[in-house]
Amino acid sequence: MSVRTRDSLGGRAAIVGIGATEFSKDSGRSELRLAAESVRAALADAGLTPADVDGLVTFTMDTSPEITVAQACGMGELSFFSRVHYGGGAACATVQQAALAVAAGVAEVVVCYRAFNERSGRRFGSGVRHREPSAEGTALGWTLPFGLLTPASWVAMTAQRYLYAYGLTPEDAFGPVAVTARRHAAANPAAYFHGRPITRADHAASRWIAEPLRLLDCCQETDGGQALVVTSVERARDLRQPPAVVTAAAQGAGRSQEQMTSFYRDDLTGLPEMSVVARQLWRGSGLAPADIDVGILYDHFTPFVLMQLEEFGFCAPGEAPAFVAEDRLPLNTHGGQLGEAYLHGMNGVAEAVRQLRGTSVNQVPGAARTLVTAGTGVPTSGLVLTADGAVEG
Amino acid sequence: MDDEFPTRDEDELHTRLKAYEGRAATVAGVGRDPVNAPMIRHWCEAMGDRNPAYTGPDAIAPPTMLQAWIMGGLSGHGGRARAYGELLALLDEAGCTSVVATDCEQEYLRPLRPGDEVTFDTVIESVSGRKTTKLGTGYFVTTRTDIRVGGASAGTHRFRILKYAPAGHDLKDRDQDRNQDGDRNQDGDRNQDRGRQEAARRPRPVVNRDNAGFWEGVRRHRLLVQRCTACATLRFPWLPGCGTCGSAGWDTVEASGEGTVYSYVVMHHPPFPAFSPPYAIGLIELAEGVRIVSNVVDVPYDKVRIGLPVELEFRAYDDDSVLPVFRPRAGEAAA
Ligand SMILES: [Zn+2]
Repeated sequence: MSVRTRDSLGGRAAIVGIGATEFSKDSGRSELRLAAESVRAALADAGLTPADVDGLVTFTMDTSPEITVAQACGMGELSFFSRVHYGGGAACATVQQAALAVAAGVAEVVVCYRAFNERSGRRFGSGVRHREPSAEGTALGWTLPFGLLTPASWVAMTAQRYLYAYGLTPEDAFGPVAVTARRHAAANPAAYFHGRPITRADHAASRWIAEPLRLLDCCQETDGGQALVVTSVERARDLRQPPAVVTAAAQGAGRSQEQMTSFYRDDLTGLPEMSVVARQLWRGSGLAPADIDVGILYDHFTPFVLMQLEEFGFCAPGEAPAFVAEDRLPLNTHGGQLGEAYLHGMNGVAEAVRQLRGTSVNQVPGAARTLVTAGTGVPTSGLVLTADGAVEG
Repeated sequence: MDDEFPTRDEDELHTRLKAYEGRAATVAGVGRDPVNAPMIRHWCEAMGDRNPAYTGPDAIAPPTMLQAWIMGGLSGHGGRARAYGELLALLDEAGCTSVVATDCEQEYLRPLRPGDEVTFDTVIESVSGRKTTKLGTGYFVTTRTDIRVGGASAGTHRFRILKYAPAGHDLKDRDQDRNQDGDRNQDGDRNQDRGRQEAARRPRPVVNRDNAGFWEGVRRHRLLVQRCTACATLRFPWLPGCGTCGSAGWDTVEASGEGTVYSYVVMHHPPFPAFSPPYAIGLIELAEGVRIVSNVVDVPYDKVRIGLPVELEFRAYDDDSVLPVFRPRAGEAAA
């Protein structure tokens, strides 16, 4: 999808397999082993073998090289391997990379994976004080000396402005997002918060982390792995699972974009990079917000879910809190990263696939068109995944 | 040389304390009783907790009871390793003879049910730098206990104590004069003073060839903003080209120092050594129109608000670092 014109990628590739490890607080094994386990599980789900794979895609932040995962899984020659940058912003773009490779004939079967011990190993919120200076370090150097040190605090700076602009309280604005995620997670045996729904009062009573964000506005730091298998739609039709067709895929970065600290642009009430993704996805798929059956919107912190709904045009600016509170769109039906697991958005892609297969624990009857987004506050990506035949190619 | 802190003695003590991080405090501890219905019932009655999940044939124990199953009681329990005792003795010797439990953090990985027999291991997770609190000066010691049932993790229990010399009592190597301006205000200064005392330094500015001019200006107490020589657009943060027109040419203008709080965050968690939560960080919109992240000083963290008029001030931190910070403009003190 170009920023300017419609592309020819839509309808050419499909996700045919999904596989994950358990999501835990301490996996007890290496990140490479988690990656390999999730890749094998995704291939088994697809009814394919490692020998069928000729492409791998992951995140630049992933510590398991493609060639090492290939060795650990018994794959042979690879004709395609690629990585996408910007943390969780890579999630949907890994599928886009795979779809590009498949559509161009560069590879036949591509597996996208992400695996980490984010909770028991190096935690993202444990400070970046010892980070090696780099070009990215320079950008962070504008905030760290003042004690603005964590992902939660970077999101909070924009969230504060959102509340101010629309005259909202943290409880009324962010509470519904947290409650919705936890309601879905409560029904999901794979979720960290299985069986543990929360109320708006629980949210409001949880302790401050980086005001205006509370504990229950923050995702679940997780150990685990998630993989997805992508191949051509033609081949997908011969495999065991109903295909989740990549009807549109897009990446986006905004003007004056930074990684998590885009404080110096416009009015800090939205996510311009997600608007870039949204415009491409709507144009590429020919769909509109009203056509979407399920939204899987990246939720490492609650406020950015609201801004995404507004950027995609599900509701007007400032109206997302009411939109979520009224359940006007089935949202993050796996429990999201707030309730299921924080797997850098890859578990959300898998949930969209389950909705299209009809196998979600919170199944939306007849779900045929899903929207999935990747990391927010960073250069990011998104997907429209649909059931085979649900959208004209 | 009065400002040279910490003293060598303090450094040496801290190094010795730090050596205990990661060492076992309890190895293969065993809960004194299996998880059992009577204790659950007493707990729920004491807490007034009527959650039906805690009664009946499928009862689980309230997750917050986690510590109850590993407490040693008056007679203690076996398995305690020597390291923890040594660490406490070291602190006693240094004059930190008082102890207070400060906080506890638990994670619940799976429910405990009557009949479960818990085993646990405790590790000394961290020893803080020297901290001064209202109680006195000392060190925070954090232990983490991993609780298991049948070999599978059931939860973790983090427990933090402050081992301290009561206020008014000297630490063995302590120069009391050091703390004369200890609690001057709510934010920046306190951080600064504590930072010196515990040798925990703020993250340094990250300086490279693209932004060295800014930090050089700060050293000379001038806040410099880049200006595009082609289209005159001001820009911050510093970058080697103009985001509006793409021109590489630039000069600088010195900011007047007047600004307003455009947004802000109050940091509560997690604690970092050089900072004392809660504290406020502002996104300051300068009168010139660009924004900069900085601290809002001389005002309690809970009085910072969007729109607060502020003015620039340069402050030294950690002896060798100057940062531009902002205080309420005269007549705007919000306290
Ligand atoms: Zn210019």
